Amino acid sequence: MMTIDNLKKFGANTTEGLGRCLNNEMLYLRLVGKFLEDTNIYGLKDAVLNNDLDQAFEKAHALKGVLSNLALSPLTEIMVELTENLRNRKAMDYMPLIENYLTKLEELKSYNN
Amino acid sequence: MKERKIFENIRRQILVVDDEEINRLILGNILSIDYDVIYASDGKEALEQMHQNKDMLSLVLLDLMMPEISGLEVLKILKDDSELSNIPVIVATVDKKSEIESLNLGAVDFIPKPYPEAGVIYARVKRTIELFEDKNIIDYTERDQLTKLYNKEYFFKYALSLDKHNKEQSTDAIILDIRHFHIIMERFGRDYGNQILINIAEYLKNKMINMGGMVCRKESDTFLLYVPHIDDIDSFYNEISNMSEFEWSKDSKIKFRMGVYPNAPKDLDIEVRFDRAKMAADSNRRNESINISLYDDKLREKELYEEGLIDEFPRALKNKEFKVYYQPKYNIQGESPVLSSAEALVRWIHPTLGMVSPGVFIPLLENKGLIEELDKYVWKEVGRQIRKWKDELNVTIPVSVNVSRIDMYDHNLANIFENIIKENNISHNEFILEMTESAYTEDSDNIIMTVNNLRKLGYKVEMDDFGTGYSSLSMISRLPIDCIKLDMIFIRNAFLERVDTKMVEIIIDIASYLKVPVIAEGVETKEQVEVLKKLGCDIVQGFYFSKPLPPEEFEIKIIKK
Repeated sequence: MMTIDNLKKFGANTTEGLGRCLNNEMLYLRLVGKFLEDTNIYGLKDAVLNNDLDQAFEKAHALKGVLSNLALSPLTEIMVELTENLRNRKAMDYMPLIENYLTKLEELKSYNN
Repeated sequence: MKERKIFENIRRQILVVDDEEINRLILGNILSIDYDVIYASDGKEALEQMHQNKDMLSLVLLDLMMPEISGLEVLKILKDDSELSNIPVIVATVDKKSEIESLNLGAVDFIPKPYPEAGVIYARVKRTIELFEDKNIIDYTERDQLTKLYNKEYFFKYALSLDKHNKEQSTDAIILDIRHFHIIMERFGRDYGNQILINIAEYLKNKMINMGGMVCRKESDTFLLYVPHIDDIDSFYNEISNMSEFEWSKDSKIKFRMGVYPNAPKDLDIEVRFDRAKMAADSNRRNESINISLYDDKLREKELYEEGLIDEFPRALKNKEFKVYYQPKYNIQGESPVLSSAEALVRWIHPTLGMVSPGVFIPLLENKGLIEELDKYVWKEVGRQIRKWKDELNVTIPVSVNVSRIDMYDHNLANIFENIIKENNISHNEFILEMTESAYTEDSDNIIMTVNNLRKLGYKVEMDDFGTGYSSLSMISRLPIDCIKLDMIFIRNAFLERVDTKMVEIIIDIASYLKVPVIAEGVETKEQVEVLKKLGCDIVQGFYFSKPLPPEEFEIKIIKK
């Protein structure tokens, strides 16, 4: 089950995340739950595989915004790095970062079970 | 601010625009405590929502980075949309560069992403809404809602600041209104009337911009203009009158009336300058052929003089400064003229001003509602005088007194006359009442009833100023009167360069139809007396026989003769 404690264990800055939700734990957890259903990361992965860096940047930027608002720090850090590189359309292999992100995401999802 | 209090309890509406639902929900959660929040998930939907809710929306929170129509593009569209451009927008963005760009595009503030703590967002939203409402309140109260001209408070304020920056420039204070505007409203309806006002306002506004002046609507159809001195005021008036660009949809002629205080001194209170322009316009209120009236100090002196008279009236009445004069009326139908009666006319012998003309103080007292007091004073004096002549000279001279229109509404009127009759032990037909024709034309049924009652009691009623009112022939035939007094204007007109007595003859015919005698007033020459006698006029009053005299002189010159 997703709890504030679990999120803390995951490395989220729950104080900050909760603060944005006026310390409404239910809402915060619900929004995290919503995030876990988000499919942008797969769109990002596809775009990178297709070498569509414009599309990839848009997806990354959007994800970065949501992640930082929810203060899911471990994921945010990876997404910030991805976004900044994509913003500059840097020719590099983005897949390791994406794989890394997906691993972390799975870790977070595992609390749900 | 008073308006703020009215608004305080209303829940404002905020539109949150973000393509990410989680972001929308975070903002919505914070804002929905005090605001109604609506949402849009992209730029296109945002614009639709804004159009739908344009009258209700207090604020838009706009994400910049969105697919298809981005936040910056939304801002560009809003800037050019006059319906939406006054709704404040706060942008939400991550990067500094977009912040500047969006502020340049009209965003009023920004909040960073990730969002700052809730309190910061809440405070920025609240403050932005307050600032905009204050600004809108100022816009609202500054302008006349119909014509969008300044209202008069702001007009005066701006006029003063105009003075400050142009100390040397002489300026005119002008008041402009439409003659009989209420009739235009009545005939063609309010919408049409309002459209006329809007057109005039638009025209005047452009004209004032060109001339370096300003304009406001004072009220209804009255406009105030504050403008660098105009040398040729006639041309200025004509230009306004000929506003050819107006397309009047109805066949109605708009006539303006203008009062001007030229080179109004700047050390004078701004509102007083316009009061004086109005004073000028009002001085020709009754003269429809005068369209432009200029204020000068004589007008002010006149006004001050009149105000002074009003102030002094109670004292004057108490000190018996009002004297009753008597002008004889002669019956001319016999061999030689015979004294038949007299008319009582009031004079004001002012201790410092000397004789004040009744042409000045009577209309003044009528306007101020003081004429009743004076009338009553005169009636009492006359009653005493009739008695006195009886006692001292052993003669009976009937005297006619003026009864003002306003006296006719006094329910006690008959009692007042009856008391005078009793106190002085005189008979009803010695105390004649003169009522002006125009009194009959307003509220004629009531007046006729009052006159009938007085006649039943035995009073004789003379109709004064006959021919100057607007009585219809059918009305004249049912008027309860004992005599017609032909206004002196008819005598004057009949004996100009060529003798033309047509009008006089007609009135004498009417009198003979009504079987009442005719008294001609203002008779000044022997020729006039002869002609009037020939035409069948019974009684004559005027300078030819005698001017109005104080009672002592009247005794010597008239009675004893």
